[in-house]
Amino acid sequence: MGVIERDPHTGHGTTGHEWNGIKELNTRVPWPVWTFLILTFGFSVVWWILMPAWPLGTTYSKGLLGVDVRQVVSASLKSAAEERAAWTSQIDQKDYAAIQADDALMKDVRATGHALFGDNCAACHGLAARGGPGFPNLTDHDWLWGGTPEAISETIRVGVNSEDPDSRVSQMPPWGSNGALDRPSLLAVVSYVHSLSHPGAGADAAQLAAGKEVFAKNCAACHGPEAKGNPEVGAPDLTDDTWLYGGDLQSIYTTVYGGREGHMPTWQARLSDTERKILTLYVLDIGKSAP
Amino acid sequence: MVATMTIGERQVALAISIFVALCGVVLAAASGSDPLLVHGIIIVLAGVAGVFIILRDYYAPEPGPERLSRYYDEPIKAGIIAALAWAIVGMFIGDWVAWLLAYPDLTFDAAWSTFGRLRPIHTTGVIFGFGGNALIATSFHVMQRTSRARLPDQLTPWFVLAGYNLFCILAVTGYPMGITQSKEYAEPEWYADIWLVIVWVVYFVLYLRTLARRKEPHIYVANWYYLAFILVVAMLHIVNNLALPVSLGSAKSYSFFSGVQDAMVQWWYGHNAVAFFLTAGFLGMLYYYLPKRAGRPIYSYRMSIIGFWGITFFYVWVGSHHLHYTALPLWVQTLGMTFSVMLLVPSWIAAANALLTLNGAWHKVRDDATLRFMMVAAVLYGLSTFEGSFLAIRPVNSLSHYTDWTVAHVHAGTLGWNSMIIFGAIYYLVPQLWGRQRMYSAALVETHFWLAVAGLVVYVFAMWNSGITQGLMWRTYNESGTLAYSFVDSLVAMHPYYIARAIGGLMFLVATVIGVYNVWMTIRSVPAAEGRPVADQPASLPAGEAAAPARG
Repeated sequence: MGVIERDPHTGHGTTGHEWNGIKELNTRVPWPVWTFLILTFGFSVVWWILMPAWPLGTTYSKGLLGVDVRQVVSASLKSAAEERAAWTSQIDQKDYAAIQADDALMKDVRATGHALFGDNCAACHGLAARGGPGFPNLTDHDWLWGGTPEAISETIRVGVNSEDPDSRVSQMPPWGSNGALDRPSLLAVVSYVHSLSHPGAGADAAQLAAGKEVFAKNCAACHGPEAKGNPEVGAPDLTDDTWLYGGDLQSIYTTVYGGREGHMPTWQARLSDTERKILTLYVLDIGKSAP
Repeated sequence: MVATMTIGERQVALAISIFVALCGVVLAAASGSDPLLVHGIIIVLAGVAGVFIILRDYYAPEPGPERLSRYYDEPIKAGIIAALAWAIVGMFIGDWVAWLLAYPDLTFDAAWSTFGRLRPIHTTGVIFGFGGNALIATSFHVMQRTSRARLPDQLTPWFVLAGYNLFCILAVTGYPMGITQSKEYAEPEWYADIWLVIVWVVYFVLYLRTLARRKEPHIYVANWYYLAFILVVAMLHIVNNLALPVSLGSAKSYSFFSGVQDAMVQWWYGHNAVAFFLTAGFLGMLYYYLPKRAGRPIYSYRMSIIGFWGITFFYVWVGSHHLHYTALPLWVQTLGMTFSVMLLVPSWIAAANALLTLNGAWHKVRDDATLRFMMVAAVLYGLSTFEGSFLAIRPVNSLSHYTDWTVAHVHAGTLGWNSMIIFGAIYYLVPQLWGRQRMYSAALVETHFWLAVAGLVVYVFAMWNSGITQGLMWRTYNESGTLAYSFVDSLVAMHPYYIARAIGGLMFLVATVIGVYNVWMTIRSVPAAEGRPVADQPASLPAGEAAAPARG
């Protein structure tokens, strides 16, 4: 046992121990330590009395407040739904035109639709709903499956090429990879389709004529003789500037060669009728304000 | 290293290396096309490398009995170098994933480079590689000095160090291949876990053997903490990793636990990894190096006692605060929260005891960057334990949980507390262990200090802002009674903070590289000191005691 010394700086005595030059003072524990120890312990004891806290064999101490988190959550969900019912019930009852004419109601649609769209649709269609390669722009007034509220609502409900039994079904078959068309025919029809939206691109007249013939035989069934598309089968209009997979020669060639089969999930089981109706209105609304 | 071993130890080391290589052969042979094959090969290579290292010096002359009058410092040097190597790897990957969060396209379309596979390389690299090696190295140093006893033999410390680093290598090479148990901070699979159990038990026994040979009547506080660290980590590791492998030839295993029990066991482990790996062990470090460097006695032995028993008793209860508002029963959440609150004062006692120890030495803190590292570590330890108790309160947690606030909290602790105390200890140790007069450049120690502090501040403030913004956006309702923001909106709001965080992390990484360079140059080019500081060797014991040779 070492000798107890006095530390000249603090005036406290050491414990008399020393380890490789390290000594310890035997300073008393300062009063704030005891105070705050008692405060934190006291808080905990009170909390244990009020709340469920200690295991007791197969059960636990329930606490004087009788708090049950499951009930708390159910109650707050219920009251939130009741609060929202003031306007969601109107969404359920009114038809699309009536809601669109109701400014106050449309304010709720916009506020709610933003978060609904962001959490469910933006991953593919983008936060601003402008889409991207393979994912349609929803603000360009150009609709593969029809742009009426009823048509949009149905697309959201069943999806495209989804597992839903009522799913919209759309398939652009491959024309090159399976040998359905030979290479000159492919090149001809690609030039022809490209010329529809790019008049004056300077393609060879003979090739365009050949392409037109290939088109009439193979493509017109879905895209129509005028290539204006058909919303019944989701076939796009090929004469406008809107392209899902790109409208340059190379992209069109890739599409015709290998075919396309897009996919949109069904939202029937994941979103309520009200939520899908809000999304339909929201999508139409952002399209209206887009150029 | 081999030259310092006796012939008998060399033979045992050779046998262990061959056995490890054979284990690797068995794993590789059983694995088929499983990614386990790669790990089998790595284990074989580790064993073969061991054989080569031993054979190279196998016929070197045996060390004489005079070695027993000196401490055995060779493994400490190796541990420090390993810690620094892991620091660079771990922090580099950390900053990489920080940029990846700001620019998610940086994955190059490869599976190995996704966030989920890179992030555990960062956490394992810095916690286990950097922190673990630093803990093992400093524990070897502290236990010898404070026990006035040499390590009991020359083989065991090398086995612990090499075995531990093999575990770390198996861990970080497995993640890019997708080998993971998906348990945070316990990702390595069953074979690596079994290996770590062996290594860790040997480490524990080594510590006890050294303590049993001590020539001091009392056990110093630092040793209480190191011992608690080793013992509790063994317990946590074994329980949380109980699992059944799909087969001996597969890396995949299934946990013994499932559902909410699995979550509870995992966070009992996860929080106590923070408590006993990143807190208790590091308090051992603080309790030795800070009073040594400051040249001051510990402020209060009584506070040490309350702090130690408070921390070790309360910490093991608090893991459930990671599972507030989940399927975990409310009573378990209540216990996690209240014990976290009760933990605050014992934690602060440890920090306060360190800072009060500096009374009478603050002029040294001003002038000496090494001591300043330790001072900042104690301050950040106090701040982050306060934050931890605060975040464990359920209503606070409902705002902070799943947000970057947690990330801010963790990094205030790991950058501000763990890294700072490690670097303080390293700057203290390196000149001593390598017998150098001083560090290569005092200016570079200063540069390291200020750049690290600046990086820490940028990092933590960015994540505080980001976390609280996130938490508020997720709970903001609009007048229509629905959530005002989508998840994507909150991501967009995070973007500038993610860039700031990556810059803060980069500053910390650069500071670390400067530190490693300084250590490297100290070892290579600083002139040797005139003999070792004699006071630091058992040979300098008071007459009578010094004559008694160490057993072993």
